[in-house]
This record gives sequence, structure tokens and C-alpha cells, in this order.
Amino acid sequence: MFKKKSSLRAVYGKELVNLGKKYDDIVVLDADLAKSTKTEFFKKEFPERFFDMGISEADMVVTAAGLASVGFKPFCSSFAVFLTGRVYDQIRNSIAYPSWNVKLISTHAGISVGEDGASHQMLEDIAITRVIPKITILSPSDPNMVSNLMEKIYHYESYLYMRLPRNDVYEIYKKDQDFEIGGSYIHKIGKDITIVATGQLVSYSLMAMLELEKEGIDTGVVDMYTLKPLDTKTLDSIIDISKGILVCEEHSLIGGLFGSIAEYVVRNHPLPIESVSVNDTFGESGKVEELFEKYGLSKESIMKKGKILYDRI
Amino acid sequence: MDIERLKKISKKARIDILKMVYNASSGHIGGSFSAIDIMVYLYFQKMNYSKDNYDKPDRDRFILSKGHASAALYTCLAYKGIISENELLSFRKINSILQGHPSRKLTPGVETSTGSLGQGLSFANGVAIGLKLKNIPSKVFVMIGDGEINEGQIWEALMSSIRYKLDNLRIILDYNHLQIDGKIEDIKDPRPTKEKFESFGFATFEMDGHDFKEIDKTFTSADKIKKKPVFIIANTIKGKGVSFMENNVDFHGNPPNKEEFEKALMELSNV
Ligand SMILES: Cc1ncc(C[n+]2csc(CCOP(=O)(O)OP(=O)(O)O)c2C)c(N)n1
Ligand SMILES: [Mg+2]
Repeated sequence: MFKKKSSLRAVYGKELVNLGKKYDDIVVLDADLAKSTKTEFFKKEFPERFFDMGISEADMVVTAAGLASVGFKPFCSSFAVFLTGRVYDQIRNSIAYPSWNVKLISTHAGISVGEDGASHQMLEDIAITRVIPKITILSPSDPNMVSNLMEKIYHYESYLYMRLPRNDVYEIYKKDQDFEIGGSYIHKIGKDITIVATGQLVSYSLMAMLELEKEGIDTGVVDMYTLKPLDTKTLDSIIDISKGILVCEEHSLIGGLFGSIAEYVVRNHPLPIESVSVNDTFGESGKVEELFEKYGLSKESIMKKGKILYDRI
Repeated sequence: MDIERLKKISKKARIDILKMVYNASSGHIGGSFSAIDIMVYLYFQKMNYSKDNYDKPDRDRFILSKGHASAALYTCLAYKGIISENELLSFRKINSILQGHPSRKLTPGVETSTGSLGQGLSFANGVAIGLKLKNIPSKVFVMIGDGEINEGQIWEALMSSIRYKLDNLRIILDYNHLQIDGKIEDIKDPRPTKEKFESFGFATFEMDGHDFKEIDKTFTSADKIKKKPVFIIANTIKGKGVSFMENNVDFHGNPPNKEEFEKALMELSNV
């Protein structure tokens, strides 16, 4: 159903360059991973506005806060595991509490990091960033979405975390599709169930939707690319129409989108919810497809959970 | 430079800090008293910083990385007229703008929120880099504690200060030899201290952090340094000004009782 795959981090790197051409107050910081996060494109084009802070993520994100205080718009990048877990306290105390406009853009989020294994895979970043007061969190699913969101991220006047995967992902949207920070994209709201997915699981959810529909389950898919603040308006519509929600995310089942939606739904309108997420465990080395299969993130896992949910409603 | 004027301000500040901590039954006197003379010098002699320009880009900036000395910072901001002096006694109380540790969002004049130790130097580096990019000739002063330098991030940041040749930056080490659990030398001995920072590439100075003449001489010499950041080791006494608080680890974070308060007030008033 989808033909082309491409790299979200490459789009991120390219868009940083475009922003750099347009705005002279954008600065970019990295922690010795510019080649992987693709901030190297910006480094090449604007060396005087690029800061390789070395393997010092804590120093990097707080230096960015200092740059923000002088009126710059800093973008910091590293792998998700280092940009969130390693510097949770710095994000909390030196960016969020004083409210500095720093953009934290990670790559290599999730288990799709692959062969590097558990030390480099990050399945907890949504959980630990989500609890930080007033942080905005994005988890795009598609290259055109990243491209469209970058300009908005630049203009967004608050601290923000965006997670991107390492691997290439399917193209879902057309080039001219517009997305808003804070929003979600409704593919369809199902009369039986709706899959609320984020990141690269959106494409697999769309594939699973077709199969489930063939089996007579009226299924919808919503791309929840904004993880915080939660798009409760769309959730309310889902709750109105659907009889169950299936949450799909490349994250631990604890504290991610599943947790976030469950927190909202139980408080307002109880409805059965199931999730496709990684169990309370670390990942391991392997190919992306093998990992998705083993850790229950494949199209087949989504279909299986969809049927379990359908049986409950 | 009118030394008597600075001494008067320091005296008033020490008395206010004592009252604030006593009134709140909490707060950090020891590290405020070791730092206050340097802060008074910076705010009332050295820095281009006033009620009129404290939110303007061209101001000099003081960043209190050792945020627990907040009471000292608040007295300076009050005497500068940026916050009201009446506010001081709300220190650490519910609904106050004067939080236990400095909060940028709540207190005008606070450059950034600090309190989680080890982070202020990275912030100061970012400010100094930013000022250079914008060709703003302001200076950045950042004060770190000698226990605070246990934090690895300090050493990451020191390397950044050097890497970006931040000659608009002055790092001040409040070398009072005490942290919470005891003598810094018994916990993670930084010695040879001066040599360490010199070997990193800093223009390194040492001064008596309670002697305004020496403080002035040091900061004036620092202004001549080009292409290098400045690191100033300030030899200080924790609890300086009250005999029984000096070099006494018990007064790091414990408030005085009534008797101690009265005795301290008398000593401070009689200098
Ligand atoms: C990251 C972090 N860990 C622990 C503390 C608790 N704490 C507050 S003050 C302090 C000791 C600081 O010692 P020093 O830097 O020497 O400060 P000073 O002697 O000037 O008061 C500690 C451990 C903290 N504020 N931040
Ligand atoms: Mg100390």
C-alpha cells in the first residue's frame, strides 16, 4: 500500500538548513552525533551557528538554554536515549522550569535503532519527558510531516521534544498536507474500533486497518503525532463513535501514548483500550523487521490486538 | 571605588540574609556569607546592571550556579531596586516570588533558575557564546561552589569555555572548603586546585573573596585577558562574619535557633 521509504532524520537535517537560510537566529547543537542526527548538513552550511559540544549532552542542553536567553532559537540533537534519559534533570531544571525556548530533536528513538541493541534503543523517552510540566512532544510518522512541521517548530515559542527513528519509514502523506503542533491526523474513525498510532506504527496501523476491515471490523486510524498536549478533541470524537481504542506506539507500554490516552479516557468516558507497545523490557540487537516481529510491533501484532479488542467491545 | 560603601552594603546584606533564614526557619547562611562580598562588589561596583537595564540585552549578567545562596542574590536584587526590600521577608514562604532556590519565572533579575548543582556554568557559556555571536560586549559572571565542582557537568562546561575562548566570561569559585557532608578535601579533593584550572587553559587568578581591594584588583586584571576565559579562585570562609558560623558545616543549610540568631545579629551589627 505504501511504496516509498525515506529517512525522517535526513528530512530534519535538510529542513534545518532551509530554516538556517531564512532565519539568522537559529543555532544548532549536537553531541558528537552530527553525522547520525543529520545536523551535519547545517554544520556544513552554517559552521558559525553550529556547536559540536562533544560527548557532553548535559552541557549541550544547558548551553542551549543560555543561547536561548540571549534570543537565539537553539535546536539540540542526539540519540533519544541520551537526549532525554541522560539529561532528564537538565531538561527539567534548566530548560522547562525557567522556561527557555529550546528545541530537543532526537533521532534513534524506539527499538528500530536495530543492531546497536538495548543500550542505544529508547523505549522510555515519552514516559520521562511527558511528566515534565508544559512540555510539547511530537512523534511524526512521515517525511512530509517532518518537513511541514519544522517551520512550525521554529516559530513555536516554547520548549519542545521531537522523537525521530533511525530507520527509513513509509511515506504516508502528500507534500502539501498541513499539520499543526497540538493536532492529530484523522484517517478514519471506526464504528467498531479506532487505532490511535504514533510514529512509524501509523503506516503499519493503516495496513492492519485494511485487513481488519476485510474481516468485517469497522476500523479507523488516527495519527497522534502530537503526544503532548493530547488532542482531546479528536479523542472525544473517537470515544463518541468507536467502541474501543487500540493504541500503537514504538515505546514501553508504561507511560507512553497508551498511558496518556488511558489516563484521559478512564477519567472521562470509560471505553476498552488495548495497546501495541513493547512490554516492560529492554530490546536487543537485530534487524528492524525482526525486532518489530519479536517485540510485538508488526502489522500482524496490530491485527491480533485489534481482534482481541473487538471481542471485548 | 568607595570601599566603605561596599562594606556597608555587605553588612546590611548579611543582616538581612540572617533575618530571612531565621524568619523562614530554613535557608543557607554559610554559602551566602562566603559569597556575599563578591556579589556586592559585582552588583554595586563592577557590573553594568541596574533597575533600568536588567532586562536589556546589553546588561552584564551574574549567574548564581550555586543556587542555594539565593538569599544573598535576593538582597542584591532588592538593594538594586529590582525587587522590593519588603519582599525579602517572604523568602521561602508560600506564594512568595522568592523561592528557596532562584526561579527565573518568578523573580525579576534572576538570569536563570538554578538549584540543581552543576548546571549554571553551561548556561553561562551559552550566554557568553550568544553575546559574542551578537557582538554585544557585555560580561558574564558565574559563581560555582567548591562542592559543586564534584559534578561532572562542570568539567564538561569548563572544556566548552576554553573551546569557545570565552574571554567575556568570569568563573568565580567560592573556595570555602566545605560542602554538606564535610570538608571538600575529604570528599573529592580538588587539589592542586589552581594548577588544574590553569592546565585547562584558563587565565587563573586567586584572591581573598572578602577583601574588596583584592576583589577589585582581580576583576580589573581579568578585563585585560584576551582570547581566554577567566577562572577566579576566591578564598572565602563559609559563614564569614559570625564567629560561631565560620567554617562550621552545621550552618550550611540549618537555620539558627533564637539564641544563635540574636548572638549573630549582635556580632553582625557591631562590625
Ligand atoms: C545536583 C545536586 N545535588 C545535591 C544538591 C544538594 N546540595 C545543596 S548545597 C550542596 C553542597 C554545595 O556545596 P558547595 O558547592 O561547596 O556550596 P557552598 O559551600 O558554597 O554552600 C548540596 C550537595 C543539589 N542542590 N544539587
Ligand atoms: Mg563549599
